[in-house]
Amino acid sequence: MNALIEVKGVSKSFGKVEANKNLSMYVNPGEIVALLGENGAGKSTLVKQIFGLITPDEGTITVKGDATPIKDPSDAIERGIGMVHQHFQLVPVMSVAENIVLGNEPVKGLRLNLNDARTLVKEIASKIGMDVDPDIAIEDLPVGTQQRVEILKALSRKVDLLILDEPTAVLTPQETDELLEVMRSLARSGTAIVFITHKLREVLAVADRIYVLRDGELAGEVHASDTNEAALAQLMVGREVVLRVHKIPAAPKSEVLNISGLSVLDDRKLVAVNNLSLNVKAGEIVGVAGVEGNGQRELVEAIAGMRKIESGTIIAFGKEDITKSNPFKIHALGIGHIPEDREKHGLVASYSLADNLVLNRFSEPEFASRGVRNFKAINENADELIEKFDIRTSSSKASAASLSGGNKQKVVVARELSAEPGLLIAAQPTRGVDVGSIEFIHNQIVAARDSGAGVLLVSAELDEVLSLADRVLVIHKGQIVAEMQSEGADRVAIGRLMTGGH
Amino acid sequence: MVNTLLRYISNHKLSFFTSVIVIVGMYWFYFVDAIRAESMLGFAWRYSIPLVLAAMVGIIGERSGVVNIGIEGQMLTSAFIGFFGAAYTGSLIMGMFLGVGTGVVMGAFLAWTTVKWQMDQIIAGVVLNIVAAGITSFYYTQGQLLPTLMPKWSVPILSDIPLIGPVFFERGFFGLATLVFVVLLQIMLFRTRWGLRTRAIGEYPSAADTAGIDVIKMRIVNVTIAGALAGCAGAYLSLEATSTFERGFTAGRGFLALAILIFGAWYPNRVMFAALFFGFTTALASQLQADKVVDIPQQFVNLLPYVMTLIVLALAVGRVRPPAAVGQPFVKGSG
Repeated sequence: MNALIEVKGVSKSFGKVEANKNLSMYVNPGEIVALLGENGAGKSTLVKQIFGLITPDEGTITVKGDATPIKDPSDAIERGIGMVHQHFQLVPVMSVAENIVLGNEPVKGLRLNLNDARTLVKEIASKIGMDVDPDIAIEDLPVGTQQRVEILKALSRKVDLLILDEPTAVLTPQETDELLEVMRSLARSGTAIVFITHKLREVLAVADRIYVLRDGELAGEVHASDTNEAALAQLMVGREVVLRVHKIPAAPKSEVLNISGLSVLDDRKLVAVNNLSLNVKAGEIVGVAGVEGNGQRELVEAIAGMRKIESGTIIAFGKEDITKSNPFKIHALGIGHIPEDREKHGLVASYSLADNLVLNRFSEPEFASRGVRNFKAINENADELIEKFDIRTSSSKASAASLSGGNKQKVVVARELSAEPGLLIAAQPTRGVDVGSIEFIHNQIVAARDSGAGVLLVSAELDEVLSLADRVLVIHKGQIVAEMQSEGADRVAIGRLMTGGH
Repeated sequence: MVNTLLRYISNHKLSFFTSVIVIVGMYWFYFVDAIRAESMLGFAWRYSIPLVLAAMVGIIGERSGVVNIGIEGQMLTSAFIGFFGAAYTGSLIMGMFLGVGTGVVMGAFLAWTTVKWQMDQIIAGVVLNIVAAGITSFYYTQGQLLPTLMPKWSVPILSDIPLIGPVFFERGFFGLATLVFVVLLQIMLFRTRWGLRTRAIGEYPSAADTAGIDVIKMRIVNVTIAGALAGCAGAYLSLEATSTFERGFTAGRGFLALAILIFGAWYPNRVMFAALFFGFTTALASQLQADKVVDIPQQFVNLLPYVMTLIVLALAVGRVRPPAAVGQPFVKGSG
């Protein structure tokens, strides 16, 4: 069989960084191929070249036997390549129909023919067994549906090859399963699919063949039927990885966090956290599982003192009322916070690593005396943490912006844990972090628990909550709808609870 | 036909009933005092024409993702070049072309600096305003006259409608063109391919880019073409409204237009009504003062539009939503 697309010896550098080194791959019609690798392994760079967003320095990409270089996305679309980006490329205020025809609009004379667009949407949607109102605005749709609109958009251009960039990163377990089903049905009808991911379970569930990338090079090509999670993880990281978190049973002691009747509004002044109560004890990890946008962010921000509380109380360590406190005081009490958005709330990108590592402790006697900063102590602290947390950087003077996502996250984790908090609030602690770093961060959180800290873990990854937490709370529409021990918890049942079922 | 109309009305209840109330109120006023009603509405529309044109410059720019605070400068320079062009060449039509062309050239300058070279859009706009103020004061000479006055045309049939006819449909070139431009831009923005793409590049340029639309080129073209409307606004002021030119002639109308743009929520039709509302309030204040109903100094009456701008902006903030990508330069491949 002739390959639909063939990549031969492709290399691409950005400045000194070699993102792709002599990569080769091929995809047959109707085949699902996974590109697996850690962050920064070069997966996105490779597919961006196939889609014409960037051009290779060396090598060729042959589409249906035609080796002419792909000029730009329109050229790629013309040649039957469609791409669903990790950040959806949909205009939020426009309707489904408008988004799908954008760039390829049906017109009647000079007028835009939206009726044709609506018919087109219905027609393609029914092909993948989806029902969507073509006139609804994108911003009013749930994330999973938005993603399927993206797929519809690609399909409307009559694609032979569909590229999906981290399609499951934002989906709930149910939505993920639905997406995998859509992928299978597309493949059955002859569409080839390349999808990028770092989630091993999905790769094994849906892919025919797997290319594993490491540091811009091809680390291996395997058939899904011939491999398993452990082998894939080892290929990705280049060493053996422990996928399960090893931890001794929790020994909960006194209560370190007590939230009762908490109500908080979101940015649009709608109720996000609704009369919520929970508690965390020293020496245990409490995981909050839920579909994103169910009040998790507002809950965390309320505890961390970053958001106004409408009603209810938050008591820390049994005696300190932090309901009306601020982040500075809350930190001083011994509460660590790994914020969900590390770029916005966790780091100052232009500051050095050393400064970022003392960002909320700069005025403590250890790092300053009489208002003058003690650079010797700050630098020693940085060197120590870089060593201990294995932060990959050229020096402690490098700016935080120069680090990769996983290493930035390690900086935040290192800073928050180095203060030896009695309570740690960890929001999405491993989002966008590669397998090797996830393992490391998980072990650090467990170590903090074992040394007596209470941990409140909020994560959109159900697997993470189940493997790391001792006790699981399910949040839905700002309320805790279920509580259970993570030991032996039923994934499917939790998935249902997360989406409002019973 | 009737069904479509009824559906339209039920979908736009608020605007439909407001319009009905405004129209009924206007005609009631007309039957009570025809002369005053016509003069006040006439004043309101004359006052609105440059504001509507200027606000449409803003609509096109901001809907495409480019803030244009240089409209004031574009208008001032166009009014200047239009007036002295007509005076020196002895041709009103020549002056009109020069005036509109000046707006286009300044639009092109803004487009190249901000879109191509990604200069800060606010700074580029300020540059336009400063340059405009400098050039027009420096080269200003007294005692120039227009060769002819702008002729007035009456649109057949429409100009026979009482009240509305003489106010809207007996105007010079720019006055009539403004009505056409409002309707045209409204249709173009929401009913054509150009409009869909323009709104896309102002809301989420990387989505447009991946759909194969050349964001940079489209922004440059849009901002440049919008300059023609700024040129019309300036030329209207010097060639049609007043037949003269003075230093600082535009008196902040370009900035007022930006407030009206927000008040009109980036829609051409709403912008027209927002401008008329401003115009009518000002007319009302002048009339009340002229009739000695209220006795306040003229200076305070002149302040009214600016005070209203403050109030409108304070009320509008948070209620209307600007295009999401406004003010952000687009760098290919960064999304």
